[in-house]
Amino acid sequence: MAVDTPTHALTGPATPRSRPARRGSVGARSAPYVFIAPFFILFGAFGLFPLLYTVWLSFFEYRLASGDPEFIGLENYAWLFGSPSFYNALWKTFTIGIIATVPQLCMALGLAHLLNYNMRVRNFFRISMIMPYATSLVAATLVFASIFSNSPGGLANVVLSLLGMEPIAWTAGNWTAQIAIAIIVTWHWTGYNALIYLAGMQSIGQELYESAAIDGANRWNQFVNVTLPGLRPTILFTIILSTIGATQLFTEPFLFGNGAGGGALGQYQVVAMYMYEMAFDIGRLGRASAIAVVVLALVILLVLINAGLASLRTRERPLPKTKTTTTTGGTR
Amino acid sequence: MTTIDAPREALAPTAPVPAKRGRGRAGERAGIGTYVVLTVTAAAFLFPFYYSLVAGSHPPAELYDGSPPLLPGPGLFRNMGLALEQADLIRALGRSLVVSSVVTVATVFFCTTAGFAFAKLRFRGRGALFGITLATLTIPPTLGIVPLYVVMSRLGLVNNLASVILPAAVTAFGVFFMRQFLTQSLPDELVEAATVDGASLTRTLFAIVFPIARPGMAVLGILSFMASWNDFLWPFIAVRNTPTIQVAVAGIQAGYTPDISVILAGTVIATVPLVIVTAIFGKQIVGGITQGAVKG
Repeated sequence: MAVDTPTHALTGPATPRSRPARRGSVGARSAPYVFIAPFFILFGAFGLFPLLYTVWLSFFEYRLASGDPEFIGLENYAWLFGSPSFYNALWKTFTIGIIATVPQLCMALGLAHLLNYNMRVRNFFRISMIMPYATSLVAATLVFASIFSNSPGGLANVVLSLLGMEPIAWTAGNWTAQIAIAIIVTWHWTGYNALIYLAGMQSIGQELYESAAIDGANRWNQFVNVTLPGLRPTILFTIILSTIGATQLFTEPFLFGNGAGGGALGQYQVVAMYMYEMAFDIGRLGRASAIAVVVLALVILLVLINAGLASLRTRERPLPKTKTTTTTGGTR
Repeated sequence: MTTIDAPREALAPTAPVPAKRGRGRAGERAGIGTYVVLTVTAAAFLFPFYYSLVAGSHPPAELYDGSPPLLPGPGLFRNMGLALEQADLIRALGRSLVVSSVVTVATVFFCTTAGFAFAKLRFRGRGALFGITLATLTIPPTLGIVPLYVVMSRLGLVNNLASVILPAAVTAFGVFFMRQFLTQSLPDELVEAATVDGASLTRTLFAIVFPIARPGMAVLGILSFMASWNDFLWPFIAVRNTPTIQVAVAGIQAGYTPDISVILAGTVIATVPLVIVTAIFGKQIVGGITQGAVKG
């Protein structure tokens, strides 16, 4: 082993048992803390502190342009909950999130299933899956914005006309804009999720498939009765990731229509964009902070609901699972 | 990204018997349908790259005249030249290179040391501190940008590359990733032997941990570089006057007469470095993504 050499070279000052050599307790007592300190210091300064500071700022009137924060209590929240734009942004975040996530995860599942076959050029297919993930969202959005041009001569509209459909003013319509944005999101993340599912599938023991096959389960039955239950934790993981990701959606809608506001009617105005504009275009940092706090609370709520639902299901799981196996065995 | 991993393992009640673990039903051969579907998907995933080459090489008028070009034309280098000139992309590329390199080196170093501590050292509060590290993964960074901007402007770092480097210099994902890697690949005995031999922790780190962690560090390095290179929202706010490449390319669009061909030629410039990296290190990146997600 290449590693042996350095180990032997390590015969330094021989004070071997100056300290009780408990299993795994190595070296100076403070050293572990030194090792983890950079993370906690940097996270504290640029992650945790900003977060707490957001909560604090949300009780203040604080303008980007000038002046010191002025305490105004819950006024920012009162304004926020009375603001139709905020509800619109929340709703658009939700609808784009659904349109972008549900088909994406289903396709990723199917792709992972196919990638799991033994095949030629397997690496080419796997690497092509991550190409979109490796692309910057800026580049991807600009390219897609050109494809989904409002002009009847844009690529997407030409394809539609070949199919005998009318051209669409993509950015102008409510749903068309959202669908176009969802397509960018889907393009970017599907392959990534497929690889995560693939890894989950590969950790499912082959004997489960073998016994299912002996029981006469066809491929579809195997997928439903072996693959899906085995993947449940992975699926939950991707759902939570996508949920968090959906609330942070910014680059795609921001660059899609070339401008602030998310379209003339706010048809693709999402919360992250709304927060950004409140802070850096309108310059009201207190209000923007209130938006961040409310969205953060919603994210935590959604994650807890997801996790709660999942743990309920998992608890029920052992029973139906054994049942399925026996039923498969019994009927075939 | 790998937030839910520890729970994941806990949630998986049917941990498969390790004997045949790892291959799934990979023994089965793919049918022709599988190849067709995967080929079409790969084409769809790669098409936008191709289209940016095509559209970046034709004048804008040709793009929207009803018969969009499907083959690259002669104008790509001219348009790339215009993009470089208009948006000062050379400098932006330089800045991105600096930012991404510093972020990568810092992340890999700090995450490996922290991952080593969490994986192999015993200290008071280890479990709780690691739990906190994992919990921070669920915090959406986007929601902290407003106060982060206030912090950076108080520190006088707005439009200074440090404002983009510092928040990314060590990540919870990286700490978690390296901990998983070292838990599996660094034998306890090796660390103990070094201690018995009286090696300081720093020496253990450089002589044992880093050499063994190298493959994991490489993957983390690639993923960090990629994330840093592609980052948009925070650099867009923090270094608007000294833009990184993504900010600069997005800025072409905001010009007075945005020329779509120049914009797309710009996206080619912003994308090419990473496409090359991905093509070369694709296998490792795939491994990194799946490892981070599944191994608990």
